Order: sequence, then C-alpha cells, then structure tokens
Amino acid sequence: MTGTTERTPAETGLILPRYLREPDDRRTPVGFPGYRSTALRAPLRTPVDLPHRLTEITGPVLGEDRVRPGDADLTLRRGGEAQGQRILVHGRVLDSDGRPVPEALVEVWQANAAGRYRHVADTFPAPVDPHFDGLGRVVTDGLGRYEFMTIKPGAYPWGNHRNAWRPAHIHFSLFGRAFTQRLVTQMYFPDDPLFGQDPIFTSIPAAARHRAISRFDLERTQPDWALAFEWDIVLRGTDQTPFETRDDGDVA
Amino acid sequence: MTANPFDVPEATEPHQPHSGQRGTGFLTGPFRLGPTPSATVGPYLAIGLTWPDGPYAAAEGTEGAFWIRGRVVDGHGDLVPDAMIETWQADPDGRFASPEDPRGAARYPGFRGYARSQTAEPPGEFGILTLKPGRVPDGEGGLQAPHVDVSVFARGMLDRVVTRIYFSDETEANAEDVVLRSLPDEEARRTLLATPSADGYVLDIHLQGEGETVFFAV
Ligand SMILES: [Fe+3]
Repeated sequence: MTGTTERTPAETGLILPRYLREPDDRRTPVGFPGYRSTALRAPLRTPVDLPHRLTEITGPVLGEDRVRPGDADLTLRRGGEAQGQRILVHGRVLDSDGRPVPEALVEVWQANAAGRYRHVADTFPAPVDPHFDGLGRVVTDGLGRYEFMTIKPGAYPWGNHRNAWRPAHIHFSLFGRAFTQRLVTQMYFPDDPLFGQDPIFTSIPAAARHRAISRFDLERTQPDWALAFEWDIVLRGTDQTPFETRDDGDVA
Repeated sequence: MTANPFDVPEATEPHQPHSGQRGTGFLTGPFRLGPTPSATVGPYLAIGLTWPDGPYAAAEGTEGAFWIRGRVVDGHGDLVPDAMIETWQADPDGRFASPEDPRGAARYPGFRGYARSQTAEPPGEFGILTLKPGRVPDGEGGLQAPHVDVSVFARGMLDRVVTRIYFSDETEANAEDVVLRSLPDEEARRTLLATPSADGYVLDIHLQGEGETVFFAV
C-alpha cells in the first residue's frame, strides 16, 4: 500500500475504478455531417460530464441464460443451409488494459449473402434466404474468446447519398461488466473497396478505423468448409489508481 | 538434412492471440489497447437485440413494480420509431445486481436491474417495468436521489447517448443529488424528471432541439 493517509472514499468501501475515455480523435462522434439521419437525431448540446459512480461502474450480468442452442451457427436455420460463403468469425473480447472479458454476452446481426436483412423495413430487391435470419448470440469463454459460424454478408444500398452502398459488415453488441463499457459496433472485412464512400465507416477517426476491420485468418479456415476472420474487440479499461497497484514503488 | 520451407505444420495447437506480447512483467509503461470504435445500431436492430423479456427490469407481478413510459422525439418533433433504450439501476435497497459493486452483488427477488425497450410498438414509444431504485452513495459522503441510467441507441446516432431518469415526487432527495445539482438550471433538470402517471411514470426523451434532454458524457 502507499503511505497515503488522506481521508478518501476508501473508508466507506467505495474505491471505484475510473473507466478511460478515448480522446475525440480516436472515438466515433455521435453525429457526422455525411450521414444524413444524424441531422435530426444527434443531440446538439455539449453533453454534461458524469463522473463514474456506483451506477456507472456496475452493469448487468448477462450470459448463458440469453443464448439458445444453435445461436452460434447462423448457417443452419429453419431446417436448412443458408446460401453464401461460410465464414468463421472469432476473436477475443478484452478491455484496454489487455484483460479478457470472460462469460460475456455477444449479440450479432447481419444481412444475408445478397445484402438483404430479414426485416420489414428492408426493401432492397435482393433475395431473402429462407434459411438465414441473420441473428447470432454467443458467450465468451474463460479467456474472453468468442466464435460463431455465419455466411459473409453482402454489401447493400441505403439511399444516404447517390449510389450509396454499405461495405459488408456484421453488427455487434457487447455489455462488458460496467455501464461505461457498453458497446454497439460493426465489424468490417479487410480491404473493402466501399470504405471510402461510406460515411458510417469514415465517421470513425482515421487513427482508429483499423480497429473496426477484421483480419483474414488462414490458420482458422476449415478445410473444404469455411474461411475465417479474426476480430478482437476492445472495451474501455480502467485508469490504474494507486489503490489498485500492488507494489508501491512508482505511485504518487 | 534440410528443412523444406513449404512444409508448414498443421495448426493443431490451440489458437494463440497475435498481439506479439508473451508473458507479463516486462512492461515498463502502462499497457493499453485501443478501444473498438462504436457504430450506429442502424435500422435493423430488431433482428439482433429483441428479447421477449427485454422490458422487464422487474418480473411481471413483482410487488411495487410500475411502468416507466415515454416517447423518443427527434429535432423535428417527430417520433423515432426505430430507437432502443436500455436502463440500469439499483434495487429498492440501493444495491446493484453486479459483482462490480464494491459492496458486493445484491439479489433482490424478481429484480434484474436491467431492461431494454425498442420504440417500435407503438411507434416512438418505450416502456419498462421496474421498481423504484433506492438511494445510492455518491462517493462524497452523501446519497444520490433515486435514478436510472439510460442508454439511447438509434439509426442516425453513431454512438449511444446517455441520460438519467429521476422521479419528480422525490423532491427532497432530488434537491440533494450531486448530479442534478451540477446541472445549469431548472429547465435542464426538468428534462430528467419522470412524472407520475396511471401505471407508473412518464418521461419523453428529446434527442435534439426544443427541450433537448440533458445527455451525459460518461
Ligand atoms: Fe447493417
């Protein structure tokens, strides 16, 4: 322990971690001019700083009870096989301190091989696949690893600007262990020629875009069956406070 | 004997991460990975984020349970029919169903503390069934007023936005609340106050413009 004798919340048992926030030049803004729908939806006022207290550093524990058998294989639905290129998508869920996030729920959704969502609002005239609903759920293992089998989603047009196409992507939703760590994001595929014209991709500051792109993984391809892509997801980690440090050599 | 460079061994070993870091103990500076950037939920969130029991922070029939209902409204005053709100809060004893609570994880019968509700049916409206949260220490020697942390997700927002729900009938507690007190004026505070209704409380969330809800940077 440090020699600090200052009276702190330590005495009430409330030594709380502080979750690190990425600087603006690495964090996706809420609104982005090139993305039309943000114009009436992204708040205009500057958000008020909310220091992290008990409500913010805790969060729901959601795991196996949210997952049904078969949820990790999106290629087999309604008694048949989905059309398209089978891919294994895998990786680890970590926090920015490098610690794995074990037993954590990962929810995914995506378009089918032709770029069509199974959703009433999707009017893109590409075929609906009777054996693909585009929903997956998995729970990370003890080392924070996740994997699911799916088909490579197609690109799709979306009317944001003339001839606008979304690059192929899979939507991801993660909770972590604290309210501050909640993340909804999208995973992209390497070298997609549609990146440059997509404001949802380019709204990510250039210095952080690579973090949203998966890596082709020859090692995990399944011979005569499926290609593989690896994508590690990093949630916000905590500031290292003196209270969490085991040795006392280098803390103030 | 010369090794054949094309003779690559089968990948029978368990998969190893490719960070280039092996072991611990040699790092002199803090080790940091860059957090994954957020993205919008898009218009098709219903495919991936629908649970039949989503709106129930408290199970149906739990004593004292009530609905918090409201609408999500855009900068034009139009309802937003493809948003989702998620809520997280303490139980009536002021404890959290989370092992991250330094006071220990609490269990309160019939209570999960977490709910999600899409604004699809009826369009633009959300509803969650919950219990009145207890007061939670504010870390500065006081107690926070009963509150619910809220995330709002929607097409058109590239990251979630965060707000809080307070209760207008908690006048005394609200007056002492460290977060409410930090807001500039009554008008700002009012955007966070749910008011009593027939089956619980109501509070609209204004994403933008006239009466814009106070959002927080967390
Ligand atoms: Fe999409």
